[in-house]
Amino acid sequence: MTGAEIAFVVIGVAAVVGAFRVVTARNVVRAALYLVVTLSAVAGVYLLLAAEFVAWVQILIYVGAIVILFLFGLMLTKAPIGREALDNQRRGVAFLVALSVLGGLIYLIQGAFDWDAARIDPVEGSVAAVGSSIFSRFVLPFEVISFLLLAALIGAIVLSRKEDRP
Amino acid sequence: MVAAESTEALGRAIADPNSFLTNAWLIAFLPAMSALLTLFLGKRTPGKGSVYGIAAVGASLVLSLGVLWTFVGGERGFYEASMPWFQIGQLHLEVGVYVDGLTAVMVVVVTSISLCVHIYSLGYMKGDVRFTWFYTVLSLFTSAMLVVVLANNLFQLLVGWEVMGVCSYLLIGHWWEDHVNSSSAIKAFITTRVGDVPFMFGIFVLISITGFTTSNIPAISDVVSHGGASVALVSAAALLLFGGTIGKSAQFPLHVWLPDAMAGPTPVSALIHAATMVAAGVYLVGRLFFVFTDADPVVLQIVGVVGGITMLGAALMAFVQDDIKRVLAYSTISQLAYMVAGMSMGPAGRTGAFFHLFTHAFFKALLFLGSGVVIHAVHTNNMSEMGGLRSRMPITFWTFLIGSLALAGVPPLAGFWSKDELLVVANEGGHDVMFVVLLLTALLTAFYMTRAVLMTFFGEFRGHGEPHEGPRTMTGVLVALATVTVFVGLLGAPQLGAPFGTWVFFHEIEEALFVPWIAVASTLAALLGIAIGYRLYNTYRERDPIRSLGPAYTVLTNKYYLDDLYWKGIVRPVRDDLSARVYWNDRRIIDGVVNGAASFTKTLGNGVNWFDEKVIDGAVNGLANLAGFTGGLLRYIQSGNVQRYAVFLFAGVVVLAVIFTKI
Amino acid sequence: MIRLPLVLFLSAALFSTGVYGVLARRNAVLVLMSIELMLNAVNINLVAFGAALHDLTGQVFALFVITVAAAEVGIGLAIVILIYRNRATINVDEVNLLKW
Repeated sequence: MTGAEIAFVVIGVAAVVGAFRVVTARNVVRAALYLVVTLSAVAGVYLLLAAEFVAWVQILIYVGAIVILFLFGLMLTKAPIGREALDNQRRGVAFLVALSVLGGLIYLIQGAFDWDAARIDPVEGSVAAVGSSIFSRFVLPFEVISFLLLAALIGAIVLSRKEDRP
Repeated sequence: MVAAESTEALGRAIADPNSFLTNAWLIAFLPAMSALLTLFLGKRTPGKGSVYGIAAVGASLVLSLGVLWTFVGGERGFYEASMPWFQIGQLHLEVGVYVDGLTAVMVVVVTSISLCVHIYSLGYMKGDVRFTWFYTVLSLFTSAMLVVVLANNLFQLLVGWEVMGVCSYLLIGHWWEDHVNSSSAIKAFITTRVGDVPFMFGIFVLISITGFTTSNIPAISDVVSHGGASVALVSAAALLLFGGTIGKSAQFPLHVWLPDAMAGPTPVSALIHAATMVAAGVYLVGRLFFVFTDADPVVLQIVGVVGGITMLGAALMAFVQDDIKRVLAYSTISQLAYMVAGMSMGPAGRTGAFFHLFTHAFFKALLFLGSGVVIHAVHTNNMSEMGGLRSRMPITFWTFLIGSLALAGVPPLAGFWSKDELLVVANEGGHDVMFVVLLLTALLTAFYMTRAVLMTFFGEFRGHGEPHEGPRTMTGVLVALATVTVFVGLLGAPQLGAPFGTWVFFHEIEEALFVPWIAVASTLAALLGIAIGYRLYNTYRERDPIRSLGPAYTVLTNKYYLDDLYWKGIVRPVRDDLSARVYWNDRRIIDGVVNGAASFTKTLGNGVNWFDEKVIDGAVNGLANLAGFTGGLLRYIQSGNVQRYAVFLFAGVVVLAVIFTKI
Repeated sequence: MIRLPLVLFLSAALFSTGVYGVLARRNAVLVLMSIELMLNAVNINLVAFGAALHDLTGQVFALFVITVAAAEVGIGLAIVILIYRNRATINVDEVNLLKW
């Protein structure tokens, strides 16, 4: 158990608890704020895994923009508060399904990796390396993503415009 | 056309036929064409189509005279030409002509009488409702008779024979609106049909003699004369053929149709039932004479007996008739019997019979046409309503008188020479019974003709209206025929060399004999008959003197009860009982079977339909219902709720993951 | 020196939590949030494996995923707002016009 691992476990627990509260909070705003917690914890995990750029992008985009969007959405739609208002009737089934998904995944992971042998040795990550990788090897997906963003942008504007034709 | 080879049995073929002979087929062809033309164009032609028939028959007459001229010039052989028609197995059927002296004489008779009748009918049938059709059938008949006379093979003869029968039926029933006429036509047709059946079988026997290869007459004669067939077979053929003669020539016992055939128009009676068609039976015997001579002698005896009975019986019945046409009809039957009897006396008798046929055609036609003029004038056939017409219709009277004297056998008119010849043959051949019968019949003939003439033309007029002489088309013909009657008899006169006998002979020319005592006897018989007749009928009595015959009179008026016998014994049972039974059988049994089959099929159809509806459609509909039912169940999955779908999605993913990793 | 299975366990936990949230929450925005949880779990996986294999591809793809997530959230919220405008509710249970 190295120090990184301990730090990881702590951050991980924070993330899981946060996620749990996201899906069970009775107050939607609280759920959104718990989401912030989870996302930040995930960013911490990235840092531990020597992916600094991804971690900062995570904070920037997810926490900084997406959660804000969620809050705006919640505000504009006047979300109701309360257990009955927020959870639907198939909670039981959903719980079972989620549990089975978890079980399945754990089982898979368990069988796939040797507990002691698989370790992550983080090397010095470098933003420059990531950047050059994007613009050389992955330039095509990068361009496609740009188009995607453009389309999403236009789509969002078009969709949420008020119909003002006479 | 191909010329046939000569056959020794019938004489030798003419070496170098002239154009009359080679075109002899036209004689029969032209009237056929005119029949067609009259049929299709008649109504639109001025004169209503009579011109075609007259022109065609006139042309045929000219050709016939040309053919006769060839034989008058001394030709003795024959000319034959034919073309193949079709072939069934071994049997070859042909269409052809056979022209010898007999043929020449016959075609002259047919065409000349036919022409007379064509012209006469212009006046007699004027204004008739079916004028054009009359002329069509008249031409067709003429053509058919000529086909019979010119035929070189039996099938062709049969074809012409039957067509003649049909034309006779059509013409007797010309005014079919009256039921009597159509019944008479049917009676004529069916009675001759009864005779035609043995005739056809006779033809078949003759064909079988040739080994079923041909019906050509010279060929058959060849086989028969070379002994190719047994006497029994030939005798059977002869008797069967004679059956046709009995029917067509109205001999006992099939004579019953001829008197009733008088229901037809008088020109028809003159042409068909006096001169030509009824003579066809006699011609048949004469043409196929080799069959009769090579048969057992009893065949000819039978022929003679039939002729003898008919002769006397018919002459007796002519006494008691009031209808002038019936007198002439029975007279015709009697004279035909003369010809048949003549045939029974051998080759010399054959020549005599044909000579009598020749002369009889002319004066009988004359008598019929003359009676037609009388009937046309007084509008009745019954002599009891006539009388005193001598002064009113002089031309008719004198021509009728000439005809009657000829028929009675008064010299030097035609009938004397022909009857005399037959008497001579009977005497020479030792046929004494026949001699007596012939003589007796001559007496009777003279008697009843005198009766007829006196009742019609002498005394006071007993009828209504003002009778007057006929139109020129009719009287002109009468004069022409009378003239011929006067002179034609001389063709058989032995004193003049009897040229007729040089045209018509069997194997060799017979010597014509003149036996003075026979001539005297026949003349005396005729005069005696006339005298008795004059005595009884000179002054008209209300009650016919014949009635004093008592019971004999009753028998004669009932036609020896022969008609009653046929009616009760044959016609009624077949027509009424047998037909009714057959009809019942047909309706109940045969229709029953058919209807039963139909209703069975219907039931079967219903069953199949039920099966189709319930079972097959049931299966198909059931499947459809099942699909609908299942769908109805499955649709509940479609909740519209996205999260529900997502649940299934994730659960499915988990399951699949487990499966894929396990496998 | 973090043991890889641990990281993966974390990822699994986040993922299944996200699944529960997607299936159980009524509010459409909360469903979207749960989807984000799932995406983040995937991202952790990518980065972890990238680090374990010393391959930068993992990080690069994680960046791409983040981008796509952002786009998706934008559109998703636009749709949610439209639904709210049309139906005055964003309760996913009530958006069931495709119901039989």
